[in-house]
Amino acid sequence: MIPAGFEYHRPRDLEGVLALLDEHGDDARVMAGGHSLIPMMKLRMADVPHLIDLQAVDGLAGIEIGADEIRLGAMVTQTEIIGHAGLAEAAPILREAALQIADPQVRNMGTVGGNIANGDPGNDMPGLMQCLDARFTLVGSGGVREVAAREFYEAAYMTAREDEEVLTAVTIPRPAGGHAYEKQKRKIGDYATAAAAVQIAKEGRACASAAIAMTNLSDTPVFSEGAGAALVGTAVDAAALAAASEAMLGDIDPTEDNRGPVAFKRHVAGVILRRAIERAWSRA
Amino acid sequence: MKDEVDTREDRVANLKGMGCSRKRVEDARFTQGKGNYVDDIKLDGMLFGDFVRSPYAHARITSIDIEEALKVPGVLAVLTAADLEPLGLHWMPTLAGDKQMVLADGKVLFQGQEVAFVVAEDRYAAADGIEAVVVEYEELPVIVDPFESLKSDVVLREDTVGEDSAPIDGAHGPRKHHNHIFTWEAGDKAPTEEVIANAEVVAEETMYYHRTHPCPLETCGCVASMDKVNGKLTLWGTFQAPHAIRTVVSLISGIEEHNIRVISPDIGGGFGNKVGAYPGYVCSVVASIVTGKPVKWIEDRMDNLMTTAFARDYWMSGKISATPEGKITALRCQVTADHGGFDACADPTKFPAGFMNICTGSYDIPTAYLEVDGVYTNKAPGGVSYRCSFRVTEAVYFIERMIEVLAIELGMDAAELRRINFIKKEQFPYKAALGWEYDSGDYHTAWDKALKAVDYDALRAEQVQRVEDFKAGKTRKLMGIGLSFFTEIVGAGPVKNCDILGLGMFDSCEIRIHPTGSAIARLGTISQGQGHATTFAQILASEIGLPADSITVEEGDTDTAPYGLGTYGSRSTPVAGAATAMAGRKIRAKAQMIAAYLLEVHDDDVEFDVDRFVVKGAPEKFKTMKEIAFAAYNQAIPGIEPGLEAVSYYDPPNMTYPFGAYVCVMDIDVDTGVPDIRRFYALDDCGTRINPMIIEGQVHGGLTEALAVALGQEIAYDNMGNVKTGTLMDFFLPTAWEVPNYETDFTVTPSPHHPIGAKGVGESPHVGGVPCFSNAVQDAFRAFGLRHTNMPHDHWRIWKTANELGLHG
Repeated sequence: MIPAGFEYHRPRDLEGVLALLDEHGDDARVMAGGHSLIPMMKLRMADVPHLIDLQAVDGLAGIEIGADEIRLGAMVTQTEIIGHAGLAEAAPILREAALQIADPQVRNMGTVGGNIANGDPGNDMPGLMQCLDARFTLVGSGGVREVAAREFYEAAYMTAREDEEVLTAVTIPRPAGGHAYEKQKRKIGDYATAAAAVQIAKEGRACASAAIAMTNLSDTPVFSEGAGAALVGTAVDAAALAAASEAMLGDIDPTEDNRGPVAFKRHVAGVILRRAIERAWSRA
Repeated sequence: MKDEVDTREDRVANLKGMGCSRKRVEDARFTQGKGNYVDDIKLDGMLFGDFVRSPYAHARITSIDIEEALKVPGVLAVLTAADLEPLGLHWMPTLAGDKQMVLADGKVLFQGQEVAFVVAEDRYAAADGIEAVVVEYEELPVIVDPFESLKSDVVLREDTVGEDSAPIDGAHGPRKHHNHIFTWEAGDKAPTEEVIANAEVVAEETMYYHRTHPCPLETCGCVASMDKVNGKLTLWGTFQAPHAIRTVVSLISGIEEHNIRVISPDIGGGFGNKVGAYPGYVCSVVASIVTGKPVKWIEDRMDNLMTTAFARDYWMSGKISATPEGKITALRCQVTADHGGFDACADPTKFPAGFMNICTGSYDIPTAYLEVDGVYTNKAPGGVSYRCSFRVTEAVYFIERMIEVLAIELGMDAAELRRINFIKKEQFPYKAALGWEYDSGDYHTAWDKALKAVDYDALRAEQVQRVEDFKAGKTRKLMGIGLSFFTEIVGAGPVKNCDILGLGMFDSCEIRIHPTGSAIARLGTISQGQGHATTFAQILASEIGLPADSITVEEGDTDTAPYGLGTYGSRSTPVAGAATAMAGRKIRAKAQMIAAYLLEVHDDDVEFDVDRFVVKGAPEKFKTMKEIAFAAYNQAIPGIEPGLEAVSYYDPPNMTYPFGAYVCVMDIDVDTGVPDIRRFYALDDCGTRINPMIIEGQVHGGLTEALAVALGQEIAYDNMGNVKTGTLMDFFLPTAWEVPNYETDFTVTPSPHHPIGAKGVGESPHVGGVPCFSNAVQDAFRAFGLRHTNMPHDHWRIWKTANELGLHG
């Protein structure tokens, strides 16, 4: 558990980060909280000759609650999300999910940006951001662009972010209605056996809109458009729940690991989703 | 004088002796980060060694190229088996009478096996050096199943066959097959089989007690320092048995024992993982001799989980017979034990399957037979007693599951079945069918107290209602009531039948009283968190009348402590605790003579009273122990040598047999397989209670490790012999979040042969806890036809049970 030698860089601004990325290309990686990258380096599964620590970079922090949108700086920690009263009111699903990530020590260091950009299918924030239809701001020496969370994930650890780009912020449309983040895990600190993010809005007695994303049930987070669509216009009754669950099961592709075989994961995914929808609906 | 106004009660309280929940004296340093563990030891010029390990579970090594590694800056040497062979150190003896490769001698037998030892200026350079060593392997067929191993043509160990390829005898007798290690039997085979064959009721079950690992928070490690000027070797290490390590190092290295000093500093948990000898120790010593500098070796977590001392891995088949009324008539147990690539169990030499023959449990079973076959496979070596006394967890799990299965067969309540079969109070000392003599017990009292405490009948009524509600679709949660009643066998042990590699399993205590009435006691044991410095001082306080706060307890330095066999198998209190009391009594006997002289009366005219000797019938005439201590050193007393010291080496006449009654109430989510422990009640009877607070802490810890093992903790292998659970992501180590509230309770049935009646408690909660948690899970499904399902009961396996019973619709 000793990493290979590496150069440690601690730039003060984004220009410095981008210059290092341009200079070293594939040999450089940026690090936010370090909870994914450092273990990979210690296992010598990640070869990072140039490690760029973002902790001292200006302009990557802060939570802004706008009238229509919420902006999270990439270096916002899970602990900051949990403790932010305005955010808890504007988008309570973020707090509910963050409380289910790892443990307080990890959450003190773990960041939104790192959780999102790493592309680990076990991470909770990617699915959550897909549910919320967030946009990710990517900055490279060539300029700034935005990519939708629902378009960002290509495969495990493969994302739309170019090697020379840094994910600097997340923009989330203010969610409406009820929410739930439901996660089954083996113990504190574990990745999900299955997790579901649900945001659901109600008009009268019917579901007006529903967004559903699943975590750790495929090599990317899974935004299940069909599952959401199955609820819209219904009273979220048993038939609608079954239809949503069936649609979701058509979108996920879990693999066997120590948490259990595929049949178990699919079953639990259905149970977790139903519970998440029921909880979100009760809050809508 | 303050003493004159203190009441007797005050004087007793002032001692903080036995029965007092004295706060742990160790905690001041531990809670302030001032502990001194092996990895805290830093010596001038100290080097660091680490292993190149095999990625394969079974392979021949065709070449090892160290050239590039030697070019890595900071790397000083790379040792291979070829370097150790001239010293005769490429293999080493195991505690089980087998031998083990120190560094791979031509082949590897398990994933993670030590192949080469890189010695470098720091651990970073060592890690880079490891990357640069090029080892070429030729893969061989991998066997991870002991039953397959016993049928396979593949010879795992070339040293198990003779020139004609026929198996040659092992350390414990003939081999049935080249991959077979030993057969060990206890009890009477023919009568047992006859009773079972003719019985009206017979329950049969096969169960697998999965492989797991003790996983102490501190991994194994050492620092070896060979002083070439004076020829002395100092070895600091995470040793549960420092004196035994000194003897073993002397025997295998040829260094005279007086030139070896072994020191166990603070140890961050052992649980059996730190009893055996590991290649890291040998390589560190050799590297220090070769380089003339101190060499440190510390495992990382993956090394620890994958290579040093696993536990369990027992396939157990049982038959239990009974009358229709439920009186048990016979028990048969057949075990196939997976020992991995080397038999490195830490058991007394005459017991290659440990004390598995305690498997008749707490029950009066007239006839029994046990047969254990040890087998080699391509898994890591070990088979240590993880928080238990030599395979007692396996034995207790086996009998407590067999009782449940028999209850199902009989259609009986499992609590009642236990009650009608318990050994009765008046039967003690009780000679069990498999050979042990239980010292004392009062099982019925403990059981009744436990069942009353949890309102057992109400729980069963609630469970019946829950099943009805479940069937009616009103709930998706089932309720399990886990019962276990265990009898442990601890305190190894009588030298007449317990030794390890010929070292008798006595233990020791040496006491020096200082002139001003304080004292130091040194023992042959070593605390790994048990709080010896606290509790042994309490024993002495009660025995010699000096306050526990005035007594220093020291362990772990073989240059200063008397010889003893160390701490494991709950043996410290039963053996070293007895030695402490006996040494204290020697002090007291001399103090009595001094007191009589000072009081100008005959020896028989004074008697001990808390902290002093008083003249019989004249309590105003006394000498305190403090005064006596001063006089012992500073007053010429005719016929009595100056000083006040004593040493005792205690060879116990028997084991001690702690017992307990546990109940667990669990709710199980049938759809997700998630168990929720609603209640856990633990009644322990460990005989005389020295420090109730420490007992409670031990019970909490042992139950938590029991929860871990029962509900998810395992070392799992795939078919290629790859370890699937090599990190704490997958190896279940519970956090505070997963741990339920524990209710502790007790009865006190002293050991009749122990000087203070104590029996030992550290391992009881683990031994009794595992079947209790497991029985709770299994009991939840009893109404739906489940007889038995194997641990660990993690979410998916519980879900699988529900699924197979058709509970998912």
